[in-house]
Amino acid sequence: MQNLIEIKNLEHVYTDTDGNEVKALDGVSLDIARGEFVAVIGANGSGKSTLARHLNALLLPTAGKCIVAGMDTADDDNLWNIRQHVGMVFQNPDNQIVAAVVEEDVAFGPENIGVPPQEIRTRVDNALAAVGMTDYAKHAPHLLSGGQKQRVAIAGVLALEPDCIVLDEPTAMLDPRGRSEIVGTVKKLNREKKITVVYITHYMEEAMQADRIIAMEGGRIKMQGTPKEIFACVEELHAMGLETPLAAQAAYDLRQKGVKLPQGIIDDEELTEELCR
Amino acid sequence: MPLNLQNVTFTYMKGTPFEKTALSDVSLQIEKGEFVAVIGHTGSGKSTLVQHLSGLLHPDKGSVTVDGVNLNAKNAAAKKARNSVGMVFQYPEHQIFAETVYEDIAFGPRNKGLGPDEVDRAVRDAMAFVGLDFDSFAKRSPFRLSGGQMRRVAIAGVIAMEPDYLILDEPSAGLDPRSRDAVFKEVMALYKKRGIAVILVTHNMEEAARYASRLLVISGGQVILDGVPHDIFTNHKDELLAASMDVPPVYKLADCLNAHGLPVERTPELAALEKQILELRRAKHAD
Ligand SMILES: Nc1ncnc2c1ncn2[C@@H]1O[C@H](COP(=O)(O)OP(=O)(O)OP(=O)(O)O)[C@@H](O)[C@H]1O
Ligand SMILES: Nc1ncnc2c1ncn2[C@@H]1O[C@H](COP(=O)(O)OP(=O)(O)O)[C@@H](O)[C@H]1O
Ligand SMILES: [Mg+2]
Ligand SMILES: [Mg+2]
Repeated sequence: MQNLIEIKNLEHVYTDTDGNEVKALDGVSLDIARGEFVAVIGANGSGKSTLARHLNALLLPTAGKCIVAGMDTADDDNLWNIRQHVGMVFQNPDNQIVAAVVEEDVAFGPENIGVPPQEIRTRVDNALAAVGMTDYAKHAPHLLSGGQKQRVAIAGVLALEPDCIVLDEPTAMLDPRGRSEIVGTVKKLNREKKITVVYITHYMEEAMQADRIIAMEGGRIKMQGTPKEIFACVEELHAMGLETPLAAQAAYDLRQKGVKLPQGIIDDEELTEELCR
Repeated sequence: MPLNLQNVTFTYMKGTPFEKTALSDVSLQIEKGEFVAVIGHTGSGKSTLVQHLSGLLHPDKGSVTVDGVNLNAKNAAAKKARNSVGMVFQYPEHQIFAETVYEDIAFGPRNKGLGPDEVDRAVRDAMAFVGLDFDSFAKRSPFRLSGGQMRRVAIAGVIAMEPDYLILDEPSAGLDPRSRDAVFKEVMALYKKRGIAVILVTHNMEEAARYASRLLVISGGQVILDGVPHDIFTNHKDELLAASMDVPPVYKLADCLNAHGLPVERTPELAALEKQILELRRAKHAD
């Protein structure tokens, strides 16, 4: 598979108002393949958002390289092109919607980059259909639930026809239904539309849905692997201030108490099946 | 004496096309010593409710009193009553204002009239409470922090005011798992030690099940369920799902085990569930 994103020895140093320096990324190297679904986990301040903001050139490396779809993000000429390849969705559903009608909000991005009107129509319809919000095209965004607003925000990004969507804690402010709507939507876009996904979250049940999990600590990648590999490392995750999905924790605890259970249990069904043997 | 909401109705943007009734005829009493979790779908009125409890919004109809004092009056007693309620906002950036983390947290204690040494103690204690290292963070700009760090500053600022009624509006959103646990451990210790009331708005069912003595479920601007968390999570699952809520993961695991013929009782504590599993296995091996 071809890499969509290639990051080499990436460093980012923020300079605070009074000149204090904070090294937020400290030598991150990471390749993300086209069509991959990568979850990023890590304690507060470990550098997740800083990394995410490099992917569409909201931040530029203070050292090292970030190459997106073959383009160096540090090269000014690539800026607009990169922003069309990589869309971002943030935490707060209320801050991301600009228009008074859902479909106008989704059309905003393509209008901005000069997509012809007929094509905008198609793009908006497709984007709303992809997130399951077609019925709400004419609605006022402020009357939607948090999960619906986030889906509109995702549709706004989709209307730019990106290769990759970066979501920075998109479910942090959502109720349980909203959360499962977003995770389901993202998974579907990844599977059916082959959109590359980078998904930052503090919820391990969400990270578990990814192909690969990156665990960050102190501006570096501390661990990476499939969900089954990562969530087998219960002690390492605890040491990093993280946790595992409940079933993985239960399997770990029961194993400590002498119950024979195989490695790689991460969901309730798997655990139950093993316990029923 | 309690926090009391009597027949409160509140409408945003009255008389405009955006008019929205966020609370309709809500009556509610919260006593000191209660730990109340408030859950409900986004837009159900949770933040509107807690902003009434802290006197930030005034009801269109009905009244809000703290220890018998009308919160919305313009006198010294009302001001004192409002100061007994501390609220951590849903969006920490709405609460943060100072140039440094230290100054931000020091604001409340200073406002209460504490001397410099006491203020310093209060700031240090509050930073320890939320797990912010004093030397690394005291002098930093609160606006140039990661999301979770900013939220911790907001929580510290309210803790430093030592409120009798502590309101937390989705405090764990954006916190990593360890800080989430650490903050709740501290809140529980404070709650037990000082006998305050805690009102926790959360989308995290596990937190509601583990920490609260009482659970309020809000839907469409009304309280639709009010009871003991374990009872609501056990006997009202369908209503919860219909209200966009869920049951905590540990209840789901118990359900899954039961559905496959392993009889366990639902419990909010994973350790208690594991104990039951171990007992079942022991009994099976003894056969
Ligand atoms: N604008 C800024 N100026 C200075 N330092 C910053 C700025 N933004 C973030 N930092 C610092 O950079 C480090 C990494 O922050 P980042 O926002 O990437 O963390 P994160 O992993 O996304 O954390 P969280 O889980 O809390 O969102 C932290 O130490 C943070 O304090
Ligand atoms: N400042 C505001 N102006 C207009 N409408 C608002 C405002 N704040 C909240 N609302 C509306 O009031 C209802 C309740 O909102 P809120 O109390 O924030 O719910 P919750 O905290 O449960 O998500 C929602 O329909 C919301 O859109
Ligand atoms: Mg972040
Ligand atoms: Mg709210």
